[in-house]
Amino acid sequence: MTLDAHVRTGRGTFEADVPLLVQPGETVALLGPNGAGKTTVLRALAGLLPLRSGHIRLNTTWDEPPSTFVPPERRAVGVVFQDYLLFPHMPVLENVAFGLRARGVNREAARRAARAQLDAVDLTPYADARPRELSGGQAQRVALARALVTHPDLLLLDEPLSALDAGTRPRVRAELGRHLREFPGCAVLVTHDPLDAMVLADRLVVVEGGRITQSGEPAVIARKPATDYVAHLVGLNLLRGQADGTAVALDTGGTLIVAEPAAGPVHAAFPPTAISLHPERPSGSPRNTWEVAVAGMEQHAHTVRLHLDGAPSVVAEVTPAVIAELGLAPGTRVWAALKATEIQTYPRA
Amino acid sequence: MPPVLVVPAVLGLAFLVVPLIGLLAKAPWSTLPQRLTSPEVLDALELSLVCATLATVLCVLMGVPLAWVLARGDIPGRGFIRALVTVPLVLPPVVGGAALLFALGRRGPVGQVLDDWFGVSLPFTTAGVVVAEAFVAMPFLVISVEGALRAADPRFEEAAATLGASRWYAFRRVTLPSVAPGVVAGTVLCWARALGEFGATITFAGNFPEKTTTMPLAVYLALETDPEAAIVLSVVLLAVSVAVLASLRERWIGG
Repeated sequence: MTLDAHVRTGRGTFEADVPLLVQPGETVALLGPNGAGKTTVLRALAGLLPLRSGHIRLNTTWDEPPSTFVPPERRAVGVVFQDYLLFPHMPVLENVAFGLRARGVNREAARRAARAQLDAVDLTPYADARPRELSGGQAQRVALARALVTHPDLLLLDEPLSALDAGTRPRVRAELGRHLREFPGCAVLVTHDPLDAMVLADRLVVVEGGRITQSGEPAVIARKPATDYVAHLVGLNLLRGQADGTAVALDTGGTLIVAEPAAGPVHAAFPPTAISLHPERPSGSPRNTWEVAVAGMEQHAHTVRLHLDGAPSVVAEVTPAVIAELGLAPGTRVWAALKATEIQTYPRA
Repeated sequence: MPPVLVVPAVLGLAFLVVPLIGLLAKAPWSTLPQRLTSPEVLDALELSLVCATLATVLCVLMGVPLAWVLARGDIPGRGFIRALVTVPLVLPPVVGGAALLFALGRRGPVGQVLDDWFGVSLPFTTAGVVVAEAFVAMPFLVISVEGALRAADPRFEEAAATLGASRWYAFRRVTLPSVAPGVVAGTVLCWARALGEFGATITFAGNFPEKTTTMPLAVYLALETDPEAAIVLSVVLLAVSVAVLASLRERWIGG
């Protein structure tokens, strides 16, 4: 029942090369920027895009060029598409029953099973509704019911929450999480939203440029990002350097003093709120200080994000009061300070 | 509005409408009921309706799959095949009829086989009328359905495939319903074209009353012998055309 895949395929010159192992009952999120190849991997798993090389196995071999290719309709797979793709001319119940009818289940039995599945997503009253009469959240649940009704071994979800507005998203996300935890098969979720990935998945696989750049438990990835993309997603500053004891010589210039001694190539990560700004060089306490220039400012809800040029360049988050106090504007030169204990270092592959 | 545009526009409209008004003005309205129920008119009308309908059935059975292959099939030379399909659309119908005669005539390559193996001969028969009408009308259906298929989102078919649907099942339950308006429009158009077919029919099927004399042929014949009958037949065809247009109004004159 384990999904064992090495997806190597793509379009034109772009090729994704993603090995993937998913245990039954596990939900793996493919997280990455647009165009990273996440959807390519999903389409290959579904059978909508044949592999160029590699393999996909789940119970049996689904795809292994050049000898084997099982078309999508003969894979035990369920897909929730990004915009759901509910059949617009069929009532909700027929949409959910479709997978069973297509597999030759008779009309009565298919409808019974579809009704039970609709019940499981709390949409029984909408059995006779047309898809266009549903809200985004309801349509997503119908799509989930339709994908689950055939009891697939592999459930694939392509950006399942991206079509929803911010208001309904948290509730639908929580509900989807409940269904995913109850789902006994392997689940692969594609998303570019770190929150969706962290909440819904047991394990994250970060895909950038068609390759896996990091994988692991959500909490670990959030704490120890390995790429700028992930660091940006989880809102951390990420710097690379060579550690020698508690001193890290940064690749981009400058040195950081850290609390935990280490040796060799390391990542150094710290939140933007750990940076404090001063008009003069602060002295006395065991902290890192360096001169920076304000390169950009972004207003957020209650804070301002500052892009600071220096050695190293970092992102800082401060209150509007600090902006006023220091008279910060693009180009202003100030001193940045960062406590050694705020920096997390971890070895880099 | 500049007169340089308005004047030709009005002329153009008059050019299209005046002949029809002339036809209606000439119609022998008082004797129309008798004329309509005369055996010649009824025979021609019945033959026309039956042949056009059979031709349309033939076109739907072959044309919808052909449109699907053109829109979705992964085949080499698709553009060339599409061009071939549209040839009867621009070909003078009489040339189409002659071509049919050469191919399906008793000494034609296909006609000989039909005759030798099945004892079937198509030229100058009612079946020949159906064949001639289908030949000329099918491109209308194919183009209309193919356009609808191209506009339909193929991802719905992918969704159906992931749900276990074979391509045939997906075609029946997902693709076809989603292009139903296009199929209906194409069918109506195809039927109207078949009903009005003249050149290919008279060339391939000849003009034999009760066998191959459809309404357009009857109109042509009657013009020489009985102009009033020609007008009556024409009015009937005009009425059918208007009915077809009305049935398509949402698609074509809704804007």
